Amino acid sequence: MTDADFAAIRLSLRVAIWATVGSLPLGLAVAWLLARRRFPGHGLLTALVHLPLVLPPVVTGYLLLLAFGTQGPIGAWLAARLGVVFAFRWTGAALACAVMAFPLMVRAIRLSLEAVDRRLEDAAATLGAAPGWVFLTITLPLIAPGVLAGAILAFAKALGEFGATITFVSNIPGETQTLPLAIYSATQTPGGEPVALRLALVSVVISLGAVLASEWLARGAARRVTRR
Amino acid sequence: MRLVFDAQTRAGAFSLDAHFEADGGVTALFGPSGAGKTTVAQILAGLLRPDAGRVTCDGQTFVDTARGVFVPPHRRRIGCVFQDGRLFPHLTVAQNLGYGRWFAGRASRGGSLDRVVDVLGLTPLLARMPGRLSGGEQQRVAIGRALAADPRLLVLDEPLSSLDAQRRLEVLPYLERLRDDIGLPMVYITHSADEIARLASRVVVLAAGRVEFAGPVRDAMARLDLLHIEGAEDAGAIVEGRVAAHDAADDLTRLAISGGELIVPRLQLPVGTRVRTRIRSRDVMIATVRPTGLSAQNVLAARITAVDEEYGTAVHLRLACGDDELLARVTRRALRRLDLVPGRAVFAVVKSLSFDPAGLGVRTAQPSDRPAVDL
Repeated sequence: MTDADFAAIRLSLRVAIWATVGSLPLGLAVAWLLARRRFPGHGLLTALVHLPLVLPPVVTGYLLLLAFGTQGPIGAWLAARLGVVFAFRWTGAALACAVMAFPLMVRAIRLSLEAVDRRLEDAAATLGAAPGWVFLTITLPLIAPGVLAGAILAFAKALGEFGATITFVSNIPGETQTLPLAIYSATQTPGGEPVALRLALVSVVISLGAVLASEWLARGAARRVTRR
Repeated sequence: MRLVFDAQTRAGAFSLDAHFEADGGVTALFGPSGAGKTTVAQILAGLLRPDAGRVTCDGQTFVDTARGVFVPPHRRRIGCVFQDGRLFPHLTVAQNLGYGRWFAGRASRGGSLDRVVDVLGLTPLLARMPGRLSGGEQQRVAIGRALAADPRLLVLDEPLSSLDAQRRLEVLPYLERLRDDIGLPMVYITHSADEIARLASRVVVLAAGRVEFAGPVRDAMARLDLLHIEGAEDAGAIVEGRVAAHDAADDLTRLAISGGELIVPRLQLPVGTRVRTRIRSRDVMIATVRPTGLSAQNVLAARITAVDEEYGTAVHLRLACGDDELLARVTRRALRRLDLVPGRAVFAVVKSLSFDPAGLGVRTAQPSDRPAVDL
């Protein structure tokens, strides 16, 4: 493997990790809202969260470019106020991956939240625990395996994201060229097949490992929540 | 402790409209399933907001819908023991016990966790996970967990109903120790007359969301049949006594009661122990002369004080026997033929084997909430 290969792998891992870790708190909050609260717009929020799953990734990437590009309303504001730039940076790739992986993460967390026996939370309340403490000491430990499974699923999805990333932040080696983009570029280059094959194998190994880990954790979560 | 409960609420076809009061000691909430007992418990604990009503405990208002007051469960200090234990599956027994204690924090008065562990016999379980405990052990831990949070009142919602008869007998003595040794006020929800007989000082009978009766346990046990609800066959009188002697040869125990002596199957209790037993009205026969040549071992002199009408073929006789009241269920035909009228002196006959160990309670200390039968 060449330095360029390693650069693509390192970038991919960095992008996927940031995408996963960065969206985890929001994913928890949204999953909690959807699982535990009934409010006007509940259906709309569910649809919005799932939108990246059904929209063509190119559309998602284009919408991100419109909103977070240097001329976009959010992108311009962030650049001016906080100095955070997404357009054509690896951070933009992480944002695109986070958005694309978000539905998977929320879904996994929501399912594990819905599996928690609410009566355990009631019991904790009668023992003097305020709602925040109930969440931290009872709910969160019980859904932890589910949260982890959701995070791994999101991580795997982020590793493989292509359409939204290339549309939003283009295909810049060393900055936004993640594994899938590097593979795509290699297949477009005469004599690039060996590179494409190597990187494809790396992708398969990482993704397979992630999905296996996720399955294993999800089973653990089910056992833990239903165990009496 | 003084609890005043008054709440109305509606859920689908069911409506609750209940008012009752409870003081120190054990208040049993009795009634058939669907009577609204659990709804009352949830309103007490703060897990359910009533549509209307007011719940106060020692002057603190938990709920007052008229003034918009609602204290959330975590600020009520009402311990709850549920039917199904509800132990936290990700925590060890010791951590479960420590959970409420941690939130009770510095505000809690003395009362060490060691004492709770000791009273409930939890020492061997501390390191285990709840999933590995038997049903009886889980309930004991659940009781301990509620106690460790230093509650002002303990609400137990059919804590024994998920257990088999053997396990019930295993847990009941611990509940008696809570009542007698720790003196914690309890609201005890049950549909078992035996549990009431052993534990309760007051009884509130609920049926279809309404309070049908509220009063001392003796009155309640005598009236269960009149209320036409589940457990009618179980009406009986509560008699207090003391272990007078053991008869090792015959495997029997003699109990001294105010009206004489009762011979019951051997109890594993030291001489002098105060016990409380229930004599079911259907187990009491009436004779107008002292019977002889009888296999039943207990013949007590008594006087008829009243005849309670009952639906069907039977009536209930109330008998004065020493300072205790006995109940006897006899047919109308016997009533007429033996001329059983109030004031008449009779003999009450009870088979020794009709005493059910499940209905036999032990008083380990003398509580102040009710007078003792002095022998």
